[in-house]
Amino acid sequence: MAMAIKASLLLLVFLSSAIVSFSLYEDQVGLMDWHQRYIGKVKHAVFHTQKAGRKRVIVSTEENVVASLDLRHGEIFWRHVLGTNDAIDGVEIALGKCRNHLHYMWCSAISGYVITLSSQGSTLRAWNLPDGQMVWETSLHSAQISKSLLSVPINLKVDKDYPILAFGGGYLHAVSAIDGERVLQPPESSIIYVLGFLHSSEAVVYQIDSKTGEVVAEKSMVFPDGFSGAVSSVSSDKIVVLDSTRSILVTIGFLDGDISFQKTPVSDLVEDSGNAEILSPLLSNMVAVKVNRRTIFVRVGGEGKLEVVDSLSDETAMSVSLPVADDQVAFASAHHEGSKIQLMVKLVDDLETVLLRESIEMDQHRGRVDKVFINNYIKTDMSNGFRALIVMEDHSLLLLQQGAIVWSREEGLASVTDVTTAELPVEKDGVSVAKVEHTLVDWLKGHMLKLKGSLLLASPEDVAAIQEMRMKSSGRSKLTRDHNGFRKLFIALTRAGKLFALHTGDGRIVWSMLLNSPSKSEACERPSGISLYQWQVPHHHAMDENPSVLVVGRCGSDSSAPGVLSFVDVYTGKEISSSDIGHSVVRVMPLPFTDSTEQRLHLIADTEGHVHLYPKTSEALSIFQREFQNVYWYTVEGDDGIIRGHGMKSSCAGETADEYCFTTKELWTVVFPSESEKIISTLTRKPNEVVHTQAKVNTDQDLLYKYVSRNLLFVATVSPKGAGEIGSVTPEESALVVYLIDTITGRILHRLSHQGCQGPVHAVFSENWVVYHYFNLRAHKYEVTVVEIYDQSRAENKNVWKLVLGKHNLTAPISSYSRPEMFTKSQSYFFAQSVKTIAVTSTAKGITSKQLLIGTIGDQILALDKRFVDPRRTLNPSQAEKEEGIIPLTDSLPIIPQSYITHSLKVEGLRGIVTAPAKLESTTHVFAYGVDLFYTRLAPSKTYDSLADDFSYALLLITIVALVAAIYITWVISEKKELSEKWR
Amino acid sequence: MDKGKAVMGAGRRWAVDFSDQSTVPSSRDILDPPGFSRASPEQDDSATSRQKKDAEATWKLQQKAWEVAQSPFKNLMMMGFMMWMAGNTVHLFSIGITFSALWQPLSALQSVGKIFESFKDNKVELLMPKLVFLALNLGGLALGIWKLNTLGLLPTHASDWVSSLPPPQEVEHSGGGFAFH
Repeated sequence: MAMAIKASLLLLVFLSSAIVSFSLYEDQVGLMDWHQRYIGKVKHAVFHTQKAGRKRVIVSTEENVVASLDLRHGEIFWRHVLGTNDAIDGVEIALGKCRNHLHYMWCSAISGYVITLSSQGSTLRAWNLPDGQMVWETSLHSAQISKSLLSVPINLKVDKDYPILAFGGGYLHAVSAIDGERVLQPPESSIIYVLGFLHSSEAVVYQIDSKTGEVVAEKSMVFPDGFSGAVSSVSSDKIVVLDSTRSILVTIGFLDGDISFQKTPVSDLVEDSGNAEILSPLLSNMVAVKVNRRTIFVRVGGEGKLEVVDSLSDETAMSVSLPVADDQVAFASAHHEGSKIQLMVKLVDDLETVLLRESIEMDQHRGRVDKVFINNYIKTDMSNGFRALIVMEDHSLLLLQQGAIVWSREEGLASVTDVTTAELPVEKDGVSVAKVEHTLVDWLKGHMLKLKGSLLLASPEDVAAIQEMRMKSSGRSKLTRDHNGFRKLFIALTRAGKLFALHTGDGRIVWSMLLNSPSKSEACERPSGISLYQWQVPHHHAMDENPSVLVVGRCGSDSSAPGVLSFVDVYTGKEISSSDIGHSVVRVMPLPFTDSTEQRLHLIADTEGHVHLYPKTSEALSIFQREFQNVYWYTVEGDDGIIRGHGMKSSCAGETADEYCFTTKELWTVVFPSESEKIISTLTRKPNEVVHTQAKVNTDQDLLYKYVSRNLLFVATVSPKGAGEIGSVTPEESALVVYLIDTITGRILHRLSHQGCQGPVHAVFSENWVVYHYFNLRAHKYEVTVVEIYDQSRAENKNVWKLVLGKHNLTAPISSYSRPEMFTKSQSYFFAQSVKTIAVTSTAKGITSKQLLIGTIGDQILALDKRFVDPRRTLNPSQAEKEEGIIPLTDSLPIIPQSYITHSLKVEGLRGIVTAPAKLESTTHVFAYGVDLFYTRLAPSKTYDSLADDFSYALLLITIVALVAAIYITWVISEKKELSEKWR
Repeated sequence: MDKGKAVMGAGRRWAVDFSDQSTVPSSRDILDPPGFSRASPEQDDSATSRQKKDAEATWKLQQKAWEVAQSPFKNLMMMGFMMWMAGNTVHLFSIGITFSALWQPLSALQSVGKIFESFKDNKVELLMPKLVFLALNLGGLALGIWKLNTLGLLPTHASDWVSSLPPPQEVEHSGGGFAFH
């Protein structure tokens, strides 16, 4: 008996300490997670609209994606995300393997290859057009960095094969389309003319034999003024460039290997011209020049004579010319007129002939037209029809046809730069929930179905119905706040400067707003968004105010350019106000103070070392002045290896200063020796992280006090030699050093050196611990190290009676100047995967245990319990430690396939993971962004504070009813029995 | 017996009433048998026997009271055994045992008057049994509390008082980092 009890107890212990791992059942996919696929801002587009096969457009984007889109609906047929350093320089469609002598067009329709040139012209790849499988890859030899070009000439035929010409890295290559091999044996020789520039002041013409690749003739000519900017090739023997002053157009003719220059000042063409810029479109015998906020079309005459033929507003986007019927060449241009965009297709030779003029209503928040790609088709009446693929300023991609938008893709979301969360509005009274939800009968029916499912009685149709019901269930996409805080908004700022509000329920865009919509003032042209802050989060005494976010932007790319602040209402997506702040923006520092309307105080530092307080109200000023002495800021100068700490000094003096500007004084500097250490990563805790307790209780009730401080900076440095790629140095040459620095006093609290290790370092900092990931050159493995920081000076607070009576100073405010003593515990493990980013779950009260969210190189997200990276792990934990949940030490961290929270999906081009707490303590929102977006809800310790979604209320109800009935029946029986007993 | 019966049945000739305690024999026609003294200490004898009886009853009562007073000891032993069986981890079994170990002495202490009511007698000495009973139950209670403590359910460690304390506020605030690019 005793043995049995003991055994069952042991079993209980074992069960309670078993590792909880996150996993999903197949039918739970998509219940609370969503995934959106994007491609990014389109750079090149090639239409493929031959009659045979499906109509598609092949695009390459700035996110290094090559994709095939369905031309009818805009869906992705296939897509490939190349690496971050593998930028695509050109995309073309070429013939694949054609057995017999088919016509070129016909052949490409059935077995075309998509050819991409990437990595500065050093990698050439062919993808199968229908399914996107890679057919071959050739790496081209390159000597230096140069512009790269890809060309698939359709008139150059070499032995049943149409070779591809690729230029890059100073070399011209002719490559066979069939297998990617270099073409060696062309049957007939022809001359390829190549024009190049040397040292930007000398033009060279090479004549290359296409058979052997030999240079037949070479001729160079010096142009003393020098060249600059883009090149526009107007015909097969002429190009137009700008000289270095950008005021003279130079026509270079290279007919038959002779070079001739012809200079035409831009001022001859247009009056009061400024700097000119050549636009890239390839128009025959014509060059488009952007000057004076106008785009002018200049025709290049036979003798190199230039003449202006047309001019348009500079916000016009133009397409590459497209051959239409009868040897005519057309091009498209698109520009804004009010809220509409005008799309025009004209003939190149005759600009008066407008083949197509359409005006299409366009959402103002898409901005201006950035790029146009056109494609023609033959209508039923044998006339030419045109469809245009346009890329807008917010990076969205639209297909226009017959004066309407056929489809649109929000490709701005592929380049999210900053994310924050926001609450939804509270549900107003008067809106009956019952109307939105089901009726009672439906509710009961639904639960009966679920019950059937849980009792394994459901037929396949029932299962499908259950699944459908779950997908739609409980108004998960409603636009109001819910009790558990599951419905929220993620506000994302994109590289294009557009804000998107995404609903956590289904991922749809609730609103979107372009920061620089065309209606804006001209004072700041095209501001770029930098970062995003929660400006106002009303929850206590400003409930009737709408929450808002602050978008910090900048007018121009220079760091000294004046900044722009924009305040956006989260509920409506409307801009409340925006202001040009008149000073530069170097750093933004949200302060832990709010004013009476719950607006958060922010300090913005400029390039002159001044800080500016926002909001500019007297209330904010008085709050700030109260804390004036306690506000510090620090700067990290990565190039010099210096970290500086600053304190507030006084109000700004000077004529331009206002009372919200303050000067700072330098308090401390940490200088890293530049010959041995280079800063590669810095990190602080998230400012809004909630920590539940300051104590860490060990097995035998032993107490450790966590050193929980927001003023801690984690810095990782490597030796300058080891700053390159992994494996570029020997273990002896490289060392990784990590520091924990107090940002108030500049004190180095902890220093840890890893010999023979190398970056990149990916770290996460939460509560009192840092976990970082790096490469160990000696072991040829990635490693993960955890460092936990504990406060030694509080360790004496162990007297129970003092604690009971409250005679301790554990909750008294602490200052970094009190120089608390601390000690650290750390441990390292091997980790099998390369990492892109690491985040940690965050919950409302900070009670729930944490999970690390590791974005792996495979663009998936792995959830790893913090218990695996616990410095208290030992090889043989004692019984008590085991009961506490300490996992025996292993040399590497386990990768459990079920704990990939992205399950079968990939977040292509993963760049960041954002977590936000739900109201329910057990649950946290996880949002990952890259080229794709992914959202899910996680419960690191399972949902201990709520019933499972699939909890069978019907079963509960039935059980209760059955019990009540049983009680009633037994009561009646016992009454009867009692009565008969009495009669006896 | 038969003889006696027969004698009795045939008619009584004489009878001596031993219980007649009157000292005057005149009421009877027959003299007392020689040696029979009516002033014999018969009365004292019966008194002592009654006393004896009483004493016996009292003693028995006392004994019973002691028995009741000592009964928690057995309980104590059993509890101790059960507790040892339950182990030192918190789960349903150990919690149940511990709470029953706490509840039994408590309820016993509450009803201590009732339990000893049946022994209530002027002559029965109840103070000591009550004290012992109390002591043993208190011992049981202590055992329960000790068990509670070994389970870690009593806030006797510093950790129990600190773990609800939030981290201290910081006086200074700082921010910054790399410059925006």
